[in-house]
Amino acid sequence: MTVTSLGVPRRLLEFALDGEPVCVPEGTTLLDACRAFGKEIPALCQVGTLAPGGACRLCVVEVEGADALVASCCREAEPGMRVRSGSERVRHSRRTVLELLASSVDLSTTPQAMGWIEEYGARPDRFGPGAARSEEAPILDNGLVVRDPGKCLRCGNCVAACGGQGRHTFALAVSGRGAETRVGVEYDAPLTDSACVYCGDCLDVCPTGALSSRTEFDLRVAGTWDEPAQTATTTVCGHCGVGCRLTLHVQDNEIVKVTSPHDGPVTRGHLCIKGRFGHQYIQNRD
Amino acid sequence: MDLHFRDVEPTDDERATVDALLGPPESSWEGAERTEADLRWSSGGHAARSRRDLLLPGLHALADRVGWISEGALAYLCRRLTVAPAEAYGVATSYPLFSVTPRPATVLHVCTDLVCTAAGASALCAGIESRLGGLKALEGLEGGDRVAVRRASCLGLCERAPAALAVKAGDPVRTAVAAPATVETAVLAATAPDSAPQEPPAEAAVPRTGQPAPVLLGRVGVVDPSSVDDYRAHGGCTALRRAFALGPAGVLREIVDSGLVGRGDAAFPTGHDGRAVPVGRVWQAAASRPDQPRHLVCNAHESGPGAFKDRVLMEGDPYALVEAMTIAAYAIGARRGYLYLRGEHPRAARRMRRAVDRARARGLLGDDVLGRGHAFDIEIRRGAGAYVCGEETAVLRSIEGYRAEPCPTPPSPPSPPSPSEKGLFGGPTVVVDVETLVSVLPILTEGPAASASRLVCVSGSVDRPGVHELPYGAALGELLARAGVRPDLRAVLVGGAAGGFVRPDQLDVPVGSGVVIAFDGTVPLPRLLSRVAEFFRAESCGLCVPCRIGTVRQEEALHRLVDPAGPAAADDLALLREVGRAMRDASLCGLGRSAWNAVESGVDRLGVYG
Repeated sequence: MTVTSLGVPRRLLEFALDGEPVCVPEGTTLLDACRAFGKEIPALCQVGTLAPGGACRLCVVEVEGADALVASCCREAEPGMRVRSGSERVRHSRRTVLELLASSVDLSTTPQAMGWIEEYGARPDRFGPGAARSEEAPILDNGLVVRDPGKCLRCGNCVAACGGQGRHTFALAVSGRGAETRVGVEYDAPLTDSACVYCGDCLDVCPTGALSSRTEFDLRVAGTWDEPAQTATTTVCGHCGVGCRLTLHVQDNEIVKVTSPHDGPVTRGHLCIKGRFGHQYIQNRD
Repeated sequence: MDLHFRDVEPTDDERATVDALLGPPESSWEGAERTEADLRWSSGGHAARSRRDLLLPGLHALADRVGWISEGALAYLCRRLTVAPAEAYGVATSYPLFSVTPRPATVLHVCTDLVCTAAGASALCAGIESRLGGLKALEGLEGGDRVAVRRASCLGLCERAPAALAVKAGDPVRTAVAAPATVETAVLAATAPDSAPQEPPAEAAVPRTGQPAPVLLGRVGVVDPSSVDDYRAHGGCTALRRAFALGPAGVLREIVDSGLVGRGDAAFPTGHDGRAVPVGRVWQAAASRPDQPRHLVCNAHESGPGAFKDRVLMEGDPYALVEAMTIAAYAIGARRGYLYLRGEHPRAARRMRRAVDRARARGLLGDDVLGRGHAFDIEIRRGAGAYVCGEETAVLRSIEGYRAEPCPTPPSPPSPPSPSEKGLFGGPTVVVDVETLVSVLPILTEGPAASASRLVCVSGSVDRPGVHELPYGAALGELLARAGVRPDLRAVLVGGAAGGFVRPDQLDVPVGSGVVIAFDGTVPLPRLLSRVAEFFRAESCGLCVPCRIGTVRQEEALHRLVDPAGPAAADDLALLREVGRAMRDASLCGLGRSAWNAVESGVDRLGVYG
């Protein structure tokens, strides 16, 4: 039986969402409130297990009285607020942000990105062939984790998961400034020289696939990565007695990826190197 | 927290530099020799991490001593402060003044920003680079007289454009300013900083135009900036005595009654949401919080092109800022104040440091200010070139030892947490700029009506550039006439890079900002617009997508538009508008939100591409 903590009862507050009065518990972010009432809001860098970083700016909504749009992932609903989740102003910003993003990084492995680009009518090629892009090649400095700067949104989720909001390993950090901003190890050292413990938690919070397991990367390069054909089976890790929940992603009867449900009661999505990458023994018949 | 270090060691110089700042290491955890005692002892937790805010001073110490931050030096600093090296690398690389790759001990920062560009910075740079061999100097680092030339954003010496700042790392670090610079003076400053001519006194930046006696600038050029006694002889400390007589609540009431509003840099006014908030209300909010300790932060990091009034005030009348900070701290109940000033202003830093030391020695700071039982002290922190630190949450993060980036959760009231509730080190914090603080003094000595003047930095095509003190509501034309505007005026930029251009026939508007730059026909307007775009691209912190990529696309489009007759010009203008609107609407902080202002006004009001 799963025991779900209900937490402290929270007061309800009322605000206007697209002209309709709605009620949400105190402390609800505008993003969660919008989604709870069926509003489709695109958002890349928001992951439930991490504090909102407000980096991608796709989830912006219009709050009456504010000069600029607000990132709905970062802003809590307040009583009496009047919020517009899909006005022309909001859609313009989302479209332009999609265009800017897709013109500078490779979004081919970002779930939903192509759908949003179509939905908002974004034209990433409008900046011309001379538009600066992240062209760096994937970094293959170890056998488990692949870092692809050309796909990186620089949202810092991996840094948060590696550091103060998760593993407390601090192997990765955001460095540089402006367009030169990147994620990596100090002095661009290889991951093998860093504090990395290869827990793979960063893979789990990366919204664009800039971080992936070597297995997934190799299958994608070979053209045999077939996500729709994969099954997901949730089980419990057998390596030790902690009881971390695992989701095994299986393609052609081979485990190709291991994740952990973010609402898993034991570790809330965190795994260690064995749980994340040490599954070959399952298929070893000798 | 278990830190992992690569196999790198600091040099003896680097180790000594860090130890001079932090004291000798206490255990092998902090990098000392491993002893018997270490086997039964461990360090960590909050105590070990509590000195994180010394990371930025540590980076400065290394840069001052060695000129760049090597991996061994950074690792040693990290050991001492219990900071992960990856994080510290991220912090160091978020500041343009630091280098994490080897570079010569001497760096010549040549300003190429708006005012200096109009004053011929391009030719100056080319001349200096050909004379010094540019960055090719990197070969053969051993030679102590090699110079790296760096094209810099605004150095805040606009009244003497074009400007160059030479910094020669060593023990002690030496600096020299060449402004107005020629190839000869700049090269002299870089190669022999000790024998370069002295900078003119601070009052040279305050043109005396025979207008009503200045209030905020009244002591600049009159008082000896190094003497407490002289400061007192010129009316110093009167406001502080009055403040003690009124009590904290009384001081807050006077400031609220005066209606004083923040006068920070254009993109980052003291208020939130781009609106100036009455200072008194913000201070009252902080003072009414139950949490302790409270902090006062004076943000003197004005680094927008054309802004230099904080520098002039700090160089010309440093004790006024010490007194004003003491009063503000007394009003809000803060025992510690941080003065965050620009790393590019060594003279202001020197004078403020001396003023703080002498004030402390004379009982104006310390555990018992003027014998009235109020404890307050000021710590001076140097920024390292990041314009975004003008933003009030970014300056707090910078002081705390994190990357120079704003806080993602919007601080706009009533949405918590705004710094007055939860700011520096989590305590209630008031962030305020120099001019606003100094304006508090006349309010206390002469009554609430005394806040009716403001300072405006005028530079560019005028005969009397400098800081002018104006009554509120004075017209732009009046100011320019006072500053001696030259005949072939083409455009006026009000508010710096984050502001907007005004046509020469629109000068009857009131001066709405502390920065005014006049341009004549020497530099083509499209070139100025692309320089504004370059500024924002270079100063974007990189945190949010619209600003990080939008500023790049804006600059690319403006470079294409240098030939406005091209077939794609109309498309590029439409593109600029759309990107500009998204930056203004969706960016995280005032930097991105204002990155399109000046370009938009150039297109619409000046008709640059019309």
